[in-house]
Amino acid sequence: MSVKLTEEMLSALPDARGHFGAFGGRFVSETLMDSLMTLEKEYARLKKDPEFQARFDKELADYVGRPTPLYFAERLTRETGGAQIWLKREDLCHTGAHKVNNTIGQALLASFLGKKRIIAETGAGQHGVATATVCARLGLECHVFMGAEDVQRQSLNVFRMKLLGATVHSVQGGTKTLKDAMNDAMRDWVANVDDTFYIIGTVAGPHPYPLLVRDFQSVIGRETRRQALEKTGKLPDALVACVGGGSNAIGMFYPFLADESVELYGVEAGGLGIETGKHAAPLCAGRPGVLHGNRTYLMEDENGQIAGTHSVSAGLDYPGVGPEHSWLKDIGRAHYVSVTDDEAMEGFRKLTRVEGIMPALETAHAVAYAIKLAATMDKDQTVVINVSGRGDKDINTVAKLEGIEI
Amino acid sequence: MSRIEGVLKALKGQGRKALIPYITAGDPHPDVTVDLMHTLVKAGADIIELGVPFSDPMADGPVIQLACERALVHGTSLRQVIAMVKEFRKSDDQTPVVLMGYLNPMEAMGYERFADAAKDAGVDGILTVDLPPEEADEVAPLFTQRDLDAIFLLSPTTTDDRIRAISEHSSGYVYYVSIKGVTGSASINVDEVAAKVGHIHELTALPVGVGFGIRDAETAAAVGRVSDGVIVGSVLVDTIARNQADTDQLKRALTDLLHPMREALDSLAS
Repeated sequence: MSVKLTEEMLSALPDARGHFGAFGGRFVSETLMDSLMTLEKEYARLKKDPEFQARFDKELADYVGRPTPLYFAERLTRETGGAQIWLKREDLCHTGAHKVNNTIGQALLASFLGKKRIIAETGAGQHGVATATVCARLGLECHVFMGAEDVQRQSLNVFRMKLLGATVHSVQGGTKTLKDAMNDAMRDWVANVDDTFYIIGTVAGPHPYPLLVRDFQSVIGRETRRQALEKTGKLPDALVACVGGGSNAIGMFYPFLADESVELYGVEAGGLGIETGKHAAPLCAGRPGVLHGNRTYLMEDENGQIAGTHSVSAGLDYPGVGPEHSWLKDIGRAHYVSVTDDEAMEGFRKLTRVEGIMPALETAHAVAYAIKLAATMDKDQTVVINVSGRGDKDINTVAKLEGIEI
Repeated sequence: MSRIEGVLKALKGQGRKALIPYITAGDPHPDVTVDLMHTLVKAGADIIELGVPFSDPMADGPVIQLACERALVHGTSLRQVIAMVKEFRKSDDQTPVVLMGYLNPMEAMGYERFADAAKDAGVDGILTVDLPPEEADEVAPLFTQRDLDAIFLLSPTTTDDRIRAISEHSSGYVYYVSIKGVTGSASINVDEVAAKVGHIHELTALPVGVGFGIRDAETAAAVGRVSDGVIVGSVLVDTIARNQADTDQLKRALTDLLHPMREALDSLAS
């Protein structure tokens, strides 16, 4: 089933209570409700405030380095032998990933609201680094919560955050990964709600977070739309982006939702294979539930306990997904697919060798799927891959997988 | 009149305050939970809040998170928790039981099936930590249709408009979270609690139970003085953690903890 989305329908979502159809909402303990409602109100005001928007645009241009290029991957296209493959180069953003689009937006929001203390959760450390970076830039106190296991796996990013002046809290509870980091960030927020702003890194969490993160990340899709029209004279036929929480994908998809001719593909982490249960693909293999303040597709057991996840990519290793993706799946506007760890590694090697662009392992999932997809399409069609981040952070993981010591 | 309402009315008639202990079902083992519930009643509990373990208890501190983990190691499910209440009811049809937990296990079971099973087992109230009234349209009517009390939280950050709105959705009692923080964290400021609870009493006729930060007879009495009941959680759960190897010793330790609170609360009545 697929519905035609109009600008009018889209501007009405999320609704006043933060719902995207059956998904989203605000499922938090009472102590946070007042802060979330204040944030919602203030954001609605600042969204229309020319001073705030001008400041955001200036930061994106001069600090983040936007617009990022839309690049024609000529060799990859030739080797694939199908549709033209174009790359949206979010890996060229300051700090090496799209995450900073959102952190600069939320940190500015915190500054406008007079909050001096910032908290954030992080999995692989990219959102933590992006948050620590903008806190250094704006002179804000920064605390990053990170699962103890991820602290071990991503020691380089932990050191980067510390260099940037952030305090990194190693989270010992639960599975010691991203979801537990998010639990502890929420706990800190409840205890320090008066002076603290929580910068959530993805389009999940309680309303209004999925809305404001989408708005800040939508610059990706707006630029892509304009650049595609300039460079190819038409809209792309397909967009491909990886989906963990889903912030880079929603940023890319959102400005195209009303363009019926543009097919949207979100690529989840298939891990060792969906059939093994060891993956992080709630849209492909989960079911709706409530976690971290919103209703969305989740990986859970039959009793509603959140399941452990697996992915080669720490940034996709999360049991939930942004509620807007859940809605796009259910109305049939976007396709959600998965690729395995091995396929993603193949995508990583391919883009590195053929284009000289080393993608993040998260992004490598989108690359792997896009290559398969492009091969089935005509030569006059175009596919855009959102290259959400660069792969330097992953070289230790890649080396380990290949049995190399560095 | 619901069992909760009846108990709270009777206490009020006697000028007494409710003692409401919380334990996590399945902690330290599903086999001992019903036994521990009876122990709580013997030690002076008026109402029991029985925690439904959840893998990601975001509003709880480490003490209750660890309790959830201990319960989940043994696979304690919502269905089993309901079965424990049914078992408890075989020998106690007086003490109200409130299930306290997070929404997802209820959603996974199916709200209607959950409400039916809870009612059938003799559950009296449902407190869902991450379900504000704004999101309860679908769920709350299923509870009220079955005379299950829907209990909602109020906090230091709750505005007057919300206190009124939340009270309208509530029955049985409202649960005032005394501190900005998770369970078992900071110590409470009794003067602040007194002021806020006094204010809540002006806005709603429902009884007000106060939880978070009550750990001994002294804090129980101080909070009891300004509220209709005190909810005691983390200090009990911590006691369970420290005595999990020996059930008899655990029951004595829980009794030793609750008894002085009961006495301190009852001394307020005279």
